[in-house]
Amino acid sequence: MAQSSTLGDKVYRTILFVAASSILLIVAAIFYMMVQSSMPTLQRFGIGFLWAREWNPSQELFGALPFIYGTVVSSLLALLIAVPISLGIAVFLVEQAPKKIARPIAFMIELLAAIPSVVYGLWGIFVLAPFIREYLGPVLQDNLGFLPIFQGRLTGIGMLTGGIILAIMITPIVTAVVRDVLEAVPNTQREAALALGATKWETTMIVLGNAASGIAGAVVLGLGRAVGETMAVTMVIGNSPQISASLFEPAYTIASVLAANFADATDEIYLSALIEMALVLFLVTVVINGLAKLLIMSVAGRANASKHT
Amino acid sequence: MQSKISIKDLDFFYGKEQALFNISLEIPEHEVVAFIGPSGCGKSTFLRTLNRMNDTIPIASVSGQVIIDGKDIYAPGTDVVALRRKVGMVFQKSNPFPKSIFENVAYGIRINGIHSDREDMNRRVEKALRDAALWDEVKDRLTTSAFGLSGGQQQRLCIARALAVQPDVILMDEPASALDPIATQKIEELVVELKKDYTIVIVTHNMQQAARVSDRTAFFMLGKLIEYNPTQKMFTNPDEKLTEDYITGRFG
Repeated sequence: MAQSSTLGDKVYRTILFVAASSILLIVAAIFYMMVQSSMPTLQRFGIGFLWAREWNPSQELFGALPFIYGTVVSSLLALLIAVPISLGIAVFLVEQAPKKIARPIAFMIELLAAIPSVVYGLWGIFVLAPFIREYLGPVLQDNLGFLPIFQGRLTGIGMLTGGIILAIMITPIVTAVVRDVLEAVPNTQREAALALGATKWETTMIVLGNAASGIAGAVVLGLGRAVGETMAVTMVIGNSPQISASLFEPAYTIASVLAANFADATDEIYLSALIEMALVLFLVTVVINGLAKLLIMSVAGRANASKHT
Repeated sequence: MQSKISIKDLDFFYGKEQALFNISLEIPEHEVVAFIGPSGCGKSTFLRTLNRMNDTIPIASVSGQVIIDGKDIYAPGTDVVALRRKVGMVFQKSNPFPKSIFENVAYGIRINGIHSDREDMNRRVEKALRDAALWDEVKDRLTTSAFGLSGGQQQRLCIARALAVQPDVILMDEPASALDPIATQKIEELVVELKKDYTIVIVTHNMQQAARVSDRTAFFMLGKLIEYNPTQKMFTNPDEKLTEDYITGRFG
């Protein structure tokens, strides 16, 4: 290919090269723009911006901690709910279900991933929030009310609602990746366990052991999604920059503060504070997704290696 | 002769396609029986009916009887987990678990609850590794990953893993086909050694191997058992013309 010298090929190669490099350029440009635009707060508050608790734009108080807290807690809550469910679905699909059943279920789960975020948000406001206010919240408070995380007033809007919405939204991706990883585990591993008198459960444990790092990758990928998810969370989490132990209290995430406030950010320092948080979100998601890819690749790589020996 | 396994009128189907036709065969205790035949003749499928490994294929079905120690393993209510503990299996491609050498051998002991305490576990793992002629090579690195072993060592580890659960019968599905001649020789010596304590059924592509290790040989073609005789007779004076043609390399 390098030898071909016709004009047509040269043009063709140039077009491909431009297309391929444009993605890098775009990422670099976004990064540069964000660093540039967040200079005012970077210079004024330095690294302390990340753990300042006060957020009051009218007094020019900009602390990112409530948003970081809201993002971390809502995402972890989502993982806590979504990971066991996704693992269960994926194990069922790969290890247990006959193909006839597995296919439609897998298809429906993929459909979940295609529903627009704002639809989840609306569902959250009109179905999930009342459900938590009327049923789930009172039950939790009656039985586990001594725990600080379940105290406080029940509005239906808050951290827990945000976490549950996020859990539903990341379940499809976590399930899909775990399913792929389990399918990559060589069948010889299952046979080895079965031949030793392992039960179905014990065989599944062997399969999960084989897939451990890939499953970790799926979880981290889910975390990446949860951290960056914006619309649905903005609609149900309450959007209040506070740090509260209670899961029923409103909270705020980085993504939702950006979505909800960019239009009001008229002065430079306010805008800069928002963009610096965008920068934090950008870097965190890049790191999380990179880590997830590495973990998932390690399983796929091993599966391939054992196929060829 | 004392039959360990007797197979009676066994038919095997993948969906509608019949893969084994009316097979009847007696496998005596403490002998090595080799299954030979061209690729796709059904010898591996047949091997896998003996520990019901084919159960994992949804469309597979079996009719006929496989009687091990007087019990039909296809009778309703058979405990397949117990069966597979009694009838161990070694596969074509070594398939150690992604665990340490020790844990690979310990796995079957642990899930079947065979050991009494830690010390007993250690003793059983050592014995299995010794019986698989691997102990001297791995005793100083039991806690390292099984994937660090060579191909031949991994296969002997898989044999040790199978021995550790104290089976009566060991099924071997072309256990040396992926190994070099030296490693193959070690496996063959091991098979002959293990015959004292176990009944062994071995599928092989390699006719010299069948001649070297087995007491009896069964020759399969197109899902049918063509001939089953003492190995000595099979390789010198077979009853069937087809067998002679195959053994002398006229086809296959």
